Order: sequence, then structure tokens, then C-alpha cells
Amino acid sequence: MNEGTIRVRIADDALALACGADAVADAFAAASCAVERVSSWGMHWLEPLVEIDGLGFGPATPGDVAAILGGTSDKAIGRIADHPFIAQQQRLTFVRAGITRPLSLDDYQSTGGWSGLRRARGLSPVQVVAEVTQSGLRGRGGAGFPAGIKWQTVASAPGERKFIVCNADEGDSGTFADRMLMEGDPFQLIEGMAIAAYAVGAGRGYIYVRSEYPHAIAKLNAAIALASAIIAPFAIEVRVGAGAYVCGEETSLLNSIEGKRGEVRAKPPLPALEGLFGCPTVVNNVLTLAAIPHLLSEGGAALYSALGIDRSKGTMPIQLAGNIKHGGLFETAFGISLRELVYDFGGGTASGRPVKAVQVGGPLGAYIHTDQFDLPFDYEAYAAADALIGHGGLVVFDDSADMGKLARFAMEFCAVESCGKCTPCRIGSTRGVELIDRIRKPALAADAVAALPQMHNAKSGPRSRDEDIVLLEDLCETMKYGSLCALGGFTPYPVLSALKHWPEDFG
Amino acid sequence: MNRESRLAEIVADHKGREGPLLPILHDVQAEFGCIDAGAEAVIAHALNLSRAEVHGVVSFYHDFRSQADPRPVVQICRAEACQSRGVEAMIEAAEAAACANGLERVRLKAVYCLGLCSVGPAARVGDMLHARLNEAALVNLVEQA
Repeated sequence: MNEGTIRVRIADDALALACGADAVADAFAAASCAVERVSSWGMHWLEPLVEIDGLGFGPATPGDVAAILGGTSDKAIGRIADHPFIAQQQRLTFVRAGITRPLSLDDYQSTGGWSGLRRARGLSPVQVVAEVTQSGLRGRGGAGFPAGIKWQTVASAPGERKFIVCNADEGDSGTFADRMLMEGDPFQLIEGMAIAAYAVGAGRGYIYVRSEYPHAIAKLNAAIALASAIIAPFAIEVRVGAGAYVCGEETSLLNSIEGKRGEVRAKPPLPALEGLFGCPTVVNNVLTLAAIPHLLSEGGAALYSALGIDRSKGTMPIQLAGNIKHGGLFETAFGISLRELVYDFGGGTASGRPVKAVQVGGPLGAYIHTDQFDLPFDYEAYAAADALIGHGGLVVFDDSADMGKLARFAMEFCAVESCGKCTPCRIGSTRGVELIDRIRKPALAADAVAALPQMHNAKSGPRSRDEDIVLLEDLCETMKYGSLCALGGFTPYPVLSALKHWPEDFG
Repeated sequence: MNRESRLAEIVADHKGREGPLLPILHDVQAEFGCIDAGAEAVIAHALNLSRAEVHGVVSFYHDFRSQADPRPVVQICRAEACQSRGVEAMIEAAEAAACANGLERVRLKAVYCLGLCSVGPAARVGDMLHARLNEAALVNLVEQA
């Protein structure tokens, strides 16, 4: 680089590209700047965000280049690291976000990369599992199962072959942390998988990525090729999904890798004992595995378990999405309230209208009313409020949202994505759509199913709206307790929460 | 290279893997635009499966088609986050733009989440992603597809 050449850093993840980062990068290159493509800081309302000597400018367009270089841009946001959105976070998993080039081994190494793996290899596998257990890390995919206990089960399971499977089928609306991690810091995921492999004695790993993430797939493949010598003899292969939401459920994901229909398996047997190809398998989410290198650094596990509240330890990469002014990635210790997340850090709605509801935890998560905004971000507190944290995605809705329509959408989504294996989910979801339609627009005739001759126990005349609501609640209970997996089992959360808090939206 | 030998080549590329079916189907779909009954039979024979088993997998996944569709595809995210940012109000205009002379020139496909939930409404054409769409931008995208 010539002396005096200005070094410009611009993200190259899918979101920055979708917002036009390539055109901005080209314009800076045309102005004789040295352009470096890095990961995204996660301040999505500012993408494409341009960084020069630590100072940020965004959202930038090619037309802003002259003003930015001339020091007269009105898009200057000051030092990025000091920006309140960044400064108030506690980033452990996303510590390199915005800082390193995703596919640079030098950048990874110089920011502490591979030190967790090196240290783990100096310990016994039993000690590694013990440290993960001690850290209190729970599965970040949604279920929140303690990672150390899962690893312990796989480590002590009999079997010649064992596998590490990374669940990167991030299908929940409102979530993008897995994508950002895979596109921004793929080596950290690879290092986490290598540590898991060492701890449980696995020789091979798979990363199952959804086909909607072509950029993540490309980055992972490139990163695996670069890191293969470092993680050897462990080997990792990327497998691409094919548009089935249900494959984010761990057993249907395993079926999909095996080349079968992505149908859910009944448990037991647990995947930890009989998983991929019938062998003991660790199935962990991207964020769970990416948290591992930090835990295995010197004192990492103790630091991690000191963060958070109650049984929710450490940090959670929370994703602020939907109708929110400052959307993006916000990693912080558990215990934070929705009020802080939505108003203090998220800046309220993007539309400027009042907040009506926040759906936490993806399409299967409950709609949270503003009255409940003091709920602490914690697995147990959410469960007690008939809600879930899931993968940590928040989708904000303003007062124009029709909650009855969203409840109907939840059932419709379940019907579209159901794998068809169990009846409550496969049929219940379609009956749910019909019921919500009837509640929203009461029909005078008896419904078609109730009129069938074999339904001789059904009421002969049309049901009242109140009777339809009771029936919907009954159906939700059947789905919740009778479904094989979370798709059918959790669809009642958005439906019932919408019905409970916004009955006026149901006609 | 003719169709049969290309198909055989794709199967051979992946046959050594454990669980080769999905990688094979992805490549066949990309190469021929669909996985038809003939391709299913070839794949089934090579992997020692019944054609019913292969067809069951093809029909399960949204990405695989049993008939080719030469029209360009625009995937529009219709999931909650993009709904909260107003995508549903734009669909009618996009559908109108997809039609030319009474025929659907462009295939609009609903997709549930592209991972761009903070900058929606979002759409995907090929491997190109588009965010912060308003109605005019979406219509333009469909017309240019």
C-alpha cells in the first residue's frame, strides 16, 4: 500500500450486500482508496457502514464517497466502537464483528483465534466437558438444554464413530445471528466444532446450512478449506438444506443429512445416543458452538458463568428486527428487559408509530404485549409467562399490526412447513386456520367438517364465536402436548398470546 | 455432454459421500431445472433405493421441482419480520408486474426468511439479495427479472 493511501473498511456479509455495499466499495476503489472487506458491526440501519481510521459513515451510497473523503459528510457517526449501540453491548461471541476480515487466518489468529482449541488439546477430554458444564452454557438454538450435559452423554456413549453436527438451519423470522457469525467469523464456529470433537471423540462434523444462505455457504466452504490442517484429523463438511423449515428441528435435520425426507424422529432414542447414521451425535446450534472457543480460553468458563441471571448464564446475541428503528445484533448478558432492548437500544419503531407487540423467539414464539416489557431476558422467566426466548430474535410490530391475521399466519405457516409425521401438527394447523377464519368472520352455517356424517357427536347447528374460541384453545392444547416437535408444539404460543392480549383483533 | 452422461457424472461426484442423496438432488436441480421421473429412476438405481423413496424426498423439499419452469423467479420474504415492515401491501403490485399480456412472465415465490429481518422487505433473485424495498423498487425488481 502506498503511503497516504486511505484504508476503507466495508462489510461484505449478505445484509451489507443487499443494502448496496459492493457499489460503495467500488466507488471508494475508484477514488484510489484501499478497500478492505470485513465483517459487519451489526448496526444494520447504518449499512452499508464505511469505516475509515475507526470513524464510521452510514448508511453510505456511492454518491457519499466524495463528501466522506473530503470530511464534509453528514453521515458521520463518530468512532464506531464508541457508538452507544456498540459500547453498551457485552460481546463475547461477536467480539470480532466489524473488526476482522472473515476469511483471514492472520486476523483470526491475531485476535486470539485457535487459543481455545490449543488449550483444550492440552487438557483431557473429560476436563473440556467439565469446563463447558461449569460455564453454564445452554443450547442457543431455542431449547436451552445444557451443552455440557449433552456433550457428556455423547462422550460416554459407546460407539466407534461419533459426529458433531452444527445446526445452521436458521429459519426463524427475525433471526440472523447464525448467518452473521458464519459470514463474519466462520473460523470461530470451526474452532468450536473442533473443540467439541476433541471433547467427545468425534472424527467428523457436518454444518447443515439452509439454502436461503448462499453467502454463508460460500464463506464456510472457503474457511473450512483454509483451516483443515489446523483442525485435522477432525474434518468438517457443509451440507445444504432444501427449503424445509422443519429441518431446523434436530432429528429432521439428521434425517435430511442422511438423504431422507426431513421428518421428525420420535425421541427417545436421543440423538446423543443414536443420532446421525445411528451413531452418538452432538447437535448444537451455531451460536452454542461459536461460544465454545471463548469458554475454553484461560478463565473463560468462570467469566461466562459469572454473567447472566439464575440459570441463564453468559451472553445472548439478541437480534433486533422487524419494525424497529435501530435493528441489528445486540449481544448482552441475560437479564435485560424488552423495554431496554426495544426502546433504549432499538429506538422504538422504524415507522415512528407506537409499539403494539413484539414476537420473541421466531414464528413459534409468543407475541408479547407492552405491559409485559419488564420481563427479564431469561429462559425460565419467559417459560413462566407462556413465552420463549428461542433463538433470541425480536420482531417488533407497530399499532397497524392485525394480531388476528398474525395468529392465522402462525397456523398457516405451521401447515405449510409441517413435516406431516404427527397428526396434531399436520391436521391441527389446517383446522386452526379454518377456526381463526370462522372466529374473525362468523359463519352462519355449520362448518364442513362438523357436518360430516361420522361427526355425529358434533353440535348440529353452527357454533357461536365463543364456542369457536373454546375449540381453538382446545386445539392449541392438543397441538402443544400432542405434537412430536416444537413446530406443532409451539405454534399455539403466537396464536394464544395474540388471542389473549388482543381479542379485539379477532373480529 | 448429453443428459444421461451428465446425470451419471453428478451421481458419481457424490456417491462416495455418506448420505449422498441431497447433494445429488441439488446438483440435478441446478443443472436441469427439475428432478423428473427419469432422473429419479437413475438416482434410485445408483443409490440402491426405490424410486418411491427418491420421489418422497424430492416432493418433501420446497427447493426441488419435478417439472422445469423456465420463468425467472423472484423470491419475496413473507415472514413476520418483513410483514411488520409492510411487505403484504406490496404483493398485489408485484403480482401485477409479474404478468405480461395476461401471462405470468415471472414466478413469484414466497420465502420464509432471508435473514435480512432488520432491513426488510427483502427479496432474492438468483444469489442477489435486495433489502429496504418499497413498492416501486419491488415492482422494478420483478420487471427486470
